[in-house]
Amino acid sequence: MNRSSVVPQFLLTGVSLLVFAANTAAQSASSSDYAITHANIYTLAGTPIEDGSVVIHDGKIAAVGQGVTIPAGAQVIDAKGLRVYPGLFDSVTQMGLSEISAVSASVDTTESGQLNPDVVAATAVLPSSMHIPVTRASGITEVLAVPASGGFDSRGEKNLIGGQASAIHMTGWTVEDMLLKRSAAMVVDWPDVETRSFDFSTLSIKEKPFADAKKEYDKKVGQLADYIEQARHYAAALQNPADVSFSRDVKLEALAPVIRGEMPVLVFADHTRQIREAVEFCNKQKLKMVLAGGEEAWKVKDLLRSKSVPVILRPTLGAPPEEDDPYDRQLTQPAELTAAGVKIAFASFDNSFARRLGQGAANAVSHGLSPEEALKAVTLYPALFLGLDSQLGTVETGKIANLIVTNGDPLDVTAEVRYLFIKGQLTSTDNKQKALYDKYTNRPKAAH
Amino acid sequence: MNAVAKRIILIFLLSVAAGSVASAKDAPANAAASDAAPVILIRNATVLTVSHGTLEKSDILIRDGKIAAVGTVKAPVDAQIIDATGQFVMPGIIDCHSHIAVDGNVNEGSVSVSSMVNISDVLNSDDISIYRDLAGGVTTANILHGSANSIGGQTVVIKLRWGQPAAKLPFEGALPGIKFALGENPKRSNLRAPSGPDRYPITRMGVEETIRSAFTEARDYKKSWDDYNKRVAAGEKNVIAPRRDLRLDPLVEVLEGKRYVHAHCYREDEILMLLRVAREFGFHVQTLQHVLEGYKVADEIAAAGTGASTFSDWWAYKVEAYDAIPYNAALMTRRGVVVSINSDDAAEATHLNQEAAKSIVYGGLTHDEALKLVTLNPAIQLGIDKRVGSIDVGKDGDLVIYNHDPLSAYAVAQKTLIDGRIYFDREKDIAGRAALEQEKKDLLEKARKRKEEEKKSGEKKGEEEKPEETPKPPSAAATQDGAR
Repeated sequence: MNRSSVVPQFLLTGVSLLVFAANTAAQSASSSDYAITHANIYTLAGTPIEDGSVVIHDGKIAAVGQGVTIPAGAQVIDAKGLRVYPGLFDSVTQMGLSEISAVSASVDTTESGQLNPDVVAATAVLPSSMHIPVTRASGITEVLAVPASGGFDSRGEKNLIGGQASAIHMTGWTVEDMLLKRSAAMVVDWPDVETRSFDFSTLSIKEKPFADAKKEYDKKVGQLADYIEQARHYAAALQNPADVSFSRDVKLEALAPVIRGEMPVLVFADHTRQIREAVEFCNKQKLKMVLAGGEEAWKVKDLLRSKSVPVILRPTLGAPPEEDDPYDRQLTQPAELTAAGVKIAFASFDNSFARRLGQGAANAVSHGLSPEEALKAVTLYPALFLGLDSQLGTVETGKIANLIVTNGDPLDVTAEVRYLFIKGQLTSTDNKQKALYDKYTNRPKAAH
Repeated sequence: MNAVAKRIILIFLLSVAAGSVASAKDAPANAAASDAAPVILIRNATVLTVSHGTLEKSDILIRDGKIAAVGTVKAPVDAQIIDATGQFVMPGIIDCHSHIAVDGNVNEGSVSVSSMVNISDVLNSDDISIYRDLAGGVTTANILHGSANSIGGQTVVIKLRWGQPAAKLPFEGALPGIKFALGENPKRSNLRAPSGPDRYPITRMGVEETIRSAFTEARDYKKSWDDYNKRVAAGEKNVIAPRRDLRLDPLVEVLEGKRYVHAHCYREDEILMLLRVAREFGFHVQTLQHVLEGYKVADEIAAAGTGASTFSDWWAYKVEAYDAIPYNAALMTRRGVVVSINSDDAAEATHLNQEAAKSIVYGGLTHDEALKLVTLNPAIQLGIDKRVGSIDVGKDGDLVIYNHDPLSAYAVAQKTLIDGRIYFDREKDIAGRAALEQEKKDLLEKARKRKEEEKKSGEKKGEEEKPEETPKPPSAAATQDGAR
């Protein structure tokens, strides 16, 4: 399946030149117009369009369909035999926050302390991170950079409130170029009853009786509840600052949009007890909850449906949580939740494995999820959960032109991304790994 | 008594101990308990032979645990027929780097030369990962120690015969191996305990020196035994035998070509370092494991006749993995290295077929070349290619049946056969779930009742509550403990 079988090599060379031009022009006042023609377009907003065109103007999708007029001066990409999809959206990553996960100096994923609602991922996203071009080469055009979302953290820090997750495009000279939404969600890492925990100071596993662990759990939940209560009072006081004399508190102030229901709470929880109590808590506090993790979400699917809590699932290719779980427990859960009326998205929960996003979704399809739902779970639904669905997630007129042109099903492991558009700009799929490949492919044969 | 004889005795001892464990639990429905392997005819499948292309609408006959015929086969009267119309059969997947079925920690991390310990002493046939990997099409795995030590412990190749006692897991006749490790892990770069002194070595120079020292000792030790044996053979009386050294015995086996070296490595410099040391001492490095920068020195690896067993697309989890590229397998293949894709992780092993498929996109391997990465090539690397790794008459009946081309994320293994027996059957697995669920409920109920009775009888006072969830260490802990 050599790429030259579909697209002649000279065309690809042409594209990389064009990409260079596009990148340098990216921040100029008027962006280029493009027309992707003769493509099969998977709009995810209706049935796929055969042999259709997508016109991109000013960073947005200007027209989609058969027989649309190609504007004069538009750069035309003949996509005969290729497919167009919305770019993939990885909704839990440490993108730009972590470079080499074992090197703590290169990791800015998790602050110390328990309550950090005012730290914002975008502050520490490194636009030149090598992970960004590597990841987007697999068709991921936007991600949520999420503080305190796990990954490898050399000190094992755990927060109650981890900070604000930022939605970013997967290209840009500065973080301002990349920003889709700076404060997209507030991260809450729901406590767990930890009878066994890894102690980073001695590199050993510590055990404690259930009763003690439960007491600690209740204390932490209480601390979280108290803090949210404080934030509620603070938010109320903010409504009428003239009437009340109060001292500013940047942390509580950061929670005001959460209290007002404007910013979703991304609650990390995997076990039944955690999920149940988090859902009840958010419901009582009238917080807009999105569950992240959800290993045991199937056990509380009715609750999740009845409270309309969507779930961003951990990778389906991980091991089942319990030894006596069916071997495919993680793979069948997406279909089971969807059938129960729970909305799901897939995410990598990682950085260097972000490019496995599509693969995880495909594995859910082979275990009962419909192909369309799987595609939406890595495009439209994450956008929907974060209130970005009017801007992203489908190939429809007026949306931001984050698009991929592929030679096959983008969820499968053998498909290639031929063209990638971010904010309407044709964006390079070159990266560090391709460069190393080229360099060492061209190494002269070693003499022996 | 040589090491092989010792091993056989050890395995025998193990079988006595493990046998009682195995009989205590129910044998899985699929694992044939009787001695005679059934005659099985897989009918009308797309057969991915790996060695001689793809055969459409083909049959495979398995008799006495071996592949007896491939092509159009008339069904013998006694054959169990598997209708595989629309399905794909490939050789069982061989995972050249696995840590499943190990009881306890995989690292004897106290010393940097731990060649005296043997993974086959701690095989655990009850590890659920065996079954899960089997359900992902894996039939054979190379079980290794971790990578904490420059010279780690002795390794064993097993077949994933779920339901059999530990003594029945080792791949009969497969040459044993020994794990080496280079770079960040043996020099403890990422997981040094904050308290306590450093353990030598802490540099790549020291890792080289550790290996060189050990082999210098082993060479002298071998010479003392050779001298002794020569004198005894010459009829000399009253010769005193050298003192047996359990640490050096396996290294002598390496020098004699009786034990494979499987060396964990990442960076180009350390790869060449080991090949240099091996040349100097006259031993062969059978495989380089992970070998994420192997693509930088592929010609040198090929010239040494050394195999490379790598990951599909892992990178950036530590400094020595920062230059890892997903094109590694393809690039090394093109330069003449025998390459395999391994898991290093029980969950990763459940989809090695998908991981192999990535080399089609990353580096343009053909369909057959990609399949070889998880079948014939690891078989060659483990010296078992005469027995497994392709669908050829005379080879072991180790096969996987998929509902789809296995080089796809949409393929699901339906049946996995080892030695011509069905060890995994997806249909039966699903059909058996309700009964298992009921059994679990009944057991929990029984435990609850018993506890109530104990409370009533007042025998137990203030007994501690049992945790109702099984908590786990954070994922970071698993990573730290792992061998990658």
